Amino acid sequence: MKASKGDWVLIHNIVLCSNERAPQVPDDTKKVPLESWVKGFLQHDAEVGEEVQVRTITGRLEKGKLIDVNPTYKHNYGNFVPELLQIGIKLRKILYGGEANE
Amino acid sequence: MNRDVSYAGIMSRRNEIMKKAIGIDYKAFESGSIAFDYEKMMRETGYTLEEMQKIQGNAGVGNTPLLELKNLTKLSREIAPKGKGARIFIKDEAANPSGSFKARRAANAVYHAKRLGYKGVIAATSGNYGAAVASQAAINGLKCIIVQECYDSKGMGQPEIIEKARKCEAYGAEVVQLTVGPELFYTFLKLLEETGYFNASLYSPFGIAGVETLGYEIAMQFREKEGRDPDVVVCTNAGGGNLTGTARGLIKAGADGVEVVGASVNLKGLHMASDMQFNKKSFTTGHTGFGIPFATWPDRSDVPRSAARPLRYIDRYVTITQGEVFYMTEALAQIEGLERGPAGNTSLAAAFSIAQELDENQIIVVQETEYTGAGKHIQPQLSFAKDNGIHIRFGNPNEEVPGENIILPEHPKLIKAKDLDLDKLKRSYIHHCVEIYEKKEISLEDLEFLVQDTKSSVEFVKKALSEKDVIVLE
Repeated sequence: MKASKGDWVLIHNIVLCSNERAPQVPDDTKKVPLESWVKGFLQHDAEVGEEVQVRTITGRLEKGKLIDVNPTYKHNYGNFVPELLQIGIKLRKILYGGEANE
Repeated sequence: MNRDVSYAGIMSRRNEIMKKAIGIDYKAFESGSIAFDYEKMMRETGYTLEEMQKIQGNAGVGNTPLLELKNLTKLSREIAPKGKGARIFIKDEAANPSGSFKARRAANAVYHAKRLGYKGVIAATSGNYGAAVASQAAINGLKCIIVQECYDSKGMGQPEIIEKARKCEAYGAEVVQLTVGPELFYTFLKLLEETGYFNASLYSPFGIAGVETLGYEIAMQFREKEGRDPDVVVCTNAGGGNLTGTARGLIKAGADGVEVVGASVNLKGLHMASDMQFNKKSFTTGHTGFGIPFATWPDRSDVPRSAARPLRYIDRYVTITQGEVFYMTEALAQIEGLERGPAGNTSLAAAFSIAQELDENQIIVVQETEYTGAGKHIQPQLSFAKDNGIHIRFGNPNEEVPGENIILPEHPKLIKAKDLDLDKLKRSYIHHCVEIYEKKEISLEDLEFLVQDTKSSVEFVKKALSEKDVIVLE
């Protein structure tokens, strides 16, 4: 995917390689690098996957690997959790005595 | 400027960077030993209650509604022994501009940064505080960077944390997202040095003093509504600032007979810095992973001396399970018509249980709520838990194993707050003090400080010291 100068993009960086991690880090975390993601305006035309420079919303210049253009929020309400339905039904029954009292 | 920005390089300049970024010379309050002058620090670098109310009022913060939860009270009386079941109230802090009580802390920190002439503010947080700082920075026209621990090494993140990043960006902040690890502090320091922005630490005197208005308002609202102070105030406890500030505000209102209870979600067995366990947690704040280490060593925070010192004020500390909090969050929506985020409801779940120990004419207050929405709601949190192999079922919350299952109580009578041994936490704090400062003997001043910092007695502190063979020079 091509991105143009001025596009709002997401870049990725390795902050610390696994051998540079802090001594107090647990073993499973030590096996992986410390990574970071920052968004900003692309400073030059580039392809996704290339090393690029961006200017962040606060005006900082950051370098990193271009991974997305116009990055979207992907979180949502998740899959429906039917267990939750039972809580209101039960509590209303305790409080108001169920259908016989309606 | 060609500074060494390696991990070791940045960490070696830690104190220098911090001093520039917070504008407090902590040495002014140090006695050169364990003791430091806490009240002097709060007085000289914080704000008076009146000043704080004005700053917060100007930024749309505070004076949130105090609501009586009549149906939850009725429900607890169905379960409680006859004559028991205190009236349950909630302070609806979700009504603040950024949707939580954290707006109080942020209002003061951002105001202070602006007054000192900083161009921007930085905070390291995955949570509501980031949104609060971003919102207050927007109001005050300052730039804002939030540094967030967000993903595991597979790039998976809790929907709750991702929602909070969205909220920070909605207020115009820059969000730096990181994978798991305590080196977040390194990135934070590097950004402070690079930008020259203000460190809007959660643990500065202004950050904590900002919460005092919450405790003060609780006392004043009860006096107006009920003609008296509440009996018990329950605070969700993580880093300790919420509890510390609320308790100080109650004391400033003269409501010193109120029992202050801390409540945390039990996440026993899950390591906070573990990449593999990161997404096995279904709570990203308000849990024992923060509550216990910060209580037993408050100065582990991002400033030399933390103003959040919960053991100074806490009367009782309870834990509650993830399933119990999710259940109460749903109950709050279903029978009180208040859809609020789960983390703030930690204290609600605890209060529902404690209310049943109290008499009907007594009053218990849950001192905060937080906003909810896509990502930051029990539905996505539970859905995400299922995706991560956590088993969800109805049953007895006693059988919940953090990281393996979430047990929604089969019946509300199974919701039971569990007491933590406060004396044990206090001893652990005293032991940390002598170990970290490498003391074999301490002064009378240190002794007096430890008594105050643990809300205990000379005998208690001396006994804890003797367990580490430390003597007091008299």
